[in-house]
Amino acid sequence: MIEQSLLNLMQGFGVALQPHNLMWSFFGVLIGNLIGVLPGMGALSAISMLLPLTYTMHPVPAILMLAGIFYGSQYGGAIGAILLNLPCHPPHAVTCLDGYPMTLAGKGGTALGITMISSFFAASVGIIVMIFASPLLVSIAFKFGPTELFSIMLLGLLAGGTMSKGSALKGVAMTAMGLLIGIAGTDVNSGVMRLTFGLPELSDKVELVALALGLFGVAEFLRNVNRMQVIGSGTKVRLRDMRPSIAELKQSFMPMVRGTAIGTLFGAMPGTGPTITTFIAYALEKKISKTPDRFGHGALEGVAAPEASSHSKTQVDFIPTMSLGIPGDAVMALILGALLIQGIQPGPQLISEHADLFWGLIASFWIGNVLLVILNVPLIGIWVKLLRVPYRYLYPSALFFIAVGVYSTNNSLFEVGEVLVFGIAGAIFAALDFHVAPILLGYVLGPMVEEYFRRALLLSHGNMMVFVTRPISATFVACSALLVLLQVFFWARGSFTKRNTERRLREQRASSERLPQ
Amino acid sequence: MNIKSGFPLPFAKRYGKDLYAGALIFLFGIGAISAGITYNIGSLSRMGPGFFPVAVGAILVLVGLAIAFTSKRPDVHAEAKEHLPPEWRGWICIAAGVLAFVVLGKYGGLLPATFAIVFISALGDRQNNVKDALILALGMCVICTVVFWWALQLQFPLFTWG
Repeated sequence: MIEQSLLNLMQGFGVALQPHNLMWSFFGVLIGNLIGVLPGMGALSAISMLLPLTYTMHPVPAILMLAGIFYGSQYGGAIGAILLNLPCHPPHAVTCLDGYPMTLAGKGGTALGITMISSFFAASVGIIVMIFASPLLVSIAFKFGPTELFSIMLLGLLAGGTMSKGSALKGVAMTAMGLLIGIAGTDVNSGVMRLTFGLPELSDKVELVALALGLFGVAEFLRNVNRMQVIGSGTKVRLRDMRPSIAELKQSFMPMVRGTAIGTLFGAMPGTGPTITTFIAYALEKKISKTPDRFGHGALEGVAAPEASSHSKTQVDFIPTMSLGIPGDAVMALILGALLIQGIQPGPQLISEHADLFWGLIASFWIGNVLLVILNVPLIGIWVKLLRVPYRYLYPSALFFIAVGVYSTNNSLFEVGEVLVFGIAGAIFAALDFHVAPILLGYVLGPMVEEYFRRALLLSHGNMMVFVTRPISATFVACSALLVLLQVFFWARGSFTKRNTERRLREQRASSERLPQ
Repeated sequence: MNIKSGFPLPFAKRYGKDLYAGALIFLFGIGAISAGITYNIGSLSRMGPGFFPVAVGAILVLVGLAIAFTSKRPDVHAEAKEHLPPEWRGWICIAAGVLAFVVLGKYGGLLPATFAIVFISALGDRQNNVKDALILALGMCVICTVVFWWALQLQFPLFTWG
């Protein structure tokens, strides 16, 4: 099987290196990097803004370009996080902790260089895992019926809701909201219009681009207007500064490997977002470090490990997205949505039916990562300048690009209105401490979850036990139950320890008040 | 507790955001259920189009209640740094800009719509004055004409009437 995989990979390189495809991949990386660098714009807004462009393209270049945009913007986000302490893409929040202090200490270039090296290393490992694990997973996936697919989607949705960030209950609420938005429109089985508020424009489902740009574009502008203070850090990063010394390379090598391992492990789990992965990688480095005090004051390990983990996680995340049709996080949900729009149903058949697409994508990951390195060497100076674009010029222009982008998907002004509705809703949710990313996950999976649930119960004549009597499905259901129990356990323990610390604090305060007398 | 310090704050401060968050989710759940039961629910073995909305609505109701009931009074010491007044000017300008794009897109064409969305939304930032917004909007009009109308051949006339 390994020889077959290698042979396929060679073929994939053939596809990805076709000048036409290579050009789109390059274009994606460049534009992704450009948008990712702009303050307040992350991978999600970059992909959703450029998604309409891919509608008219062939599936292969379209996906290659989207993947390029993705890691371009991810790297662009790291630049903002390290140089300006601005985490535009949530996983970079951890990078800020040590990356920004490094900038303050005049080592910003080194931090960027290490970021680039660790992301390239981690992505390469992730790709290798992908090459060997995907065919394996596919052979299992062929045994999946609607029952199993429903159970694994349930697990993915639960994990996506509870393990992303913030309160688990709120994550579940957002996931369910996404499911609801996903099923709005015409029911495929009966033709009934559901949740359309009598609007004929909604009969053809809510537009993916409108939802994504509303939640991650307009909502962000609403949250940040007059609040985002971009102060140019005044750092000048030259090519020379980006080259880390041998000692620094040695210092960051093991954290890089550990970060990659954590990312790979979590990537295999559907639904766990990249943010949680980076936090775990950071915490691990801090735990095993001999000098944990350095963390938060510019420790190189604190940049290398989280960046490596998020990149390997991202690569491995493509496995469940492509072979099972279950995205790991909101970005993967967008890519899955793009595949569906192209008429490609991700699933175990994808690798055999669209071999050129799958292996071309894998090959393009490598090419894209090389392109990223080559691009950033001469362009880093420009990116640093772009970081200083004032927000007051940026958001009106971005708003226009969003409006035109959404219009161009279906030449419909109604969908521009949808963007506004989702934008305001997203901002309100965010103000109430919800994290909106699970909505997208729920939206993409909603129709599939319903379909598999219906089919599974149709086959079992309405017997709910079918989800626990079939072994594969039972495993996923057990995992979901475990996840819920763990959350309840943490919650109970959390409120217990909180009460304890409060008591201890009170006692301490009381005793310290007594002391001076 | 000081009640006079700005409109929504003492409210949120007193009961905690989570109560409102839970109530909102609860209402969405009720909405989904009431919409779902108007379609055919069916049985487990033969589900109608209403089954799934009602099921998801029920989940939302439960989760909403759980959020509301586990809400705690916010820690007064921790909250102190997050006292930002709501940004009405920004919100109104951004919303009006998008609405203007929709309306002018239908009754004016691409160029008036472009100008309106950039100009109006730029006014939402307190540091932008009319001149800045005007220059930015005109600049975007040029970009729009070159990139979207000329290069990408967007199906959107530059000027139209109705």
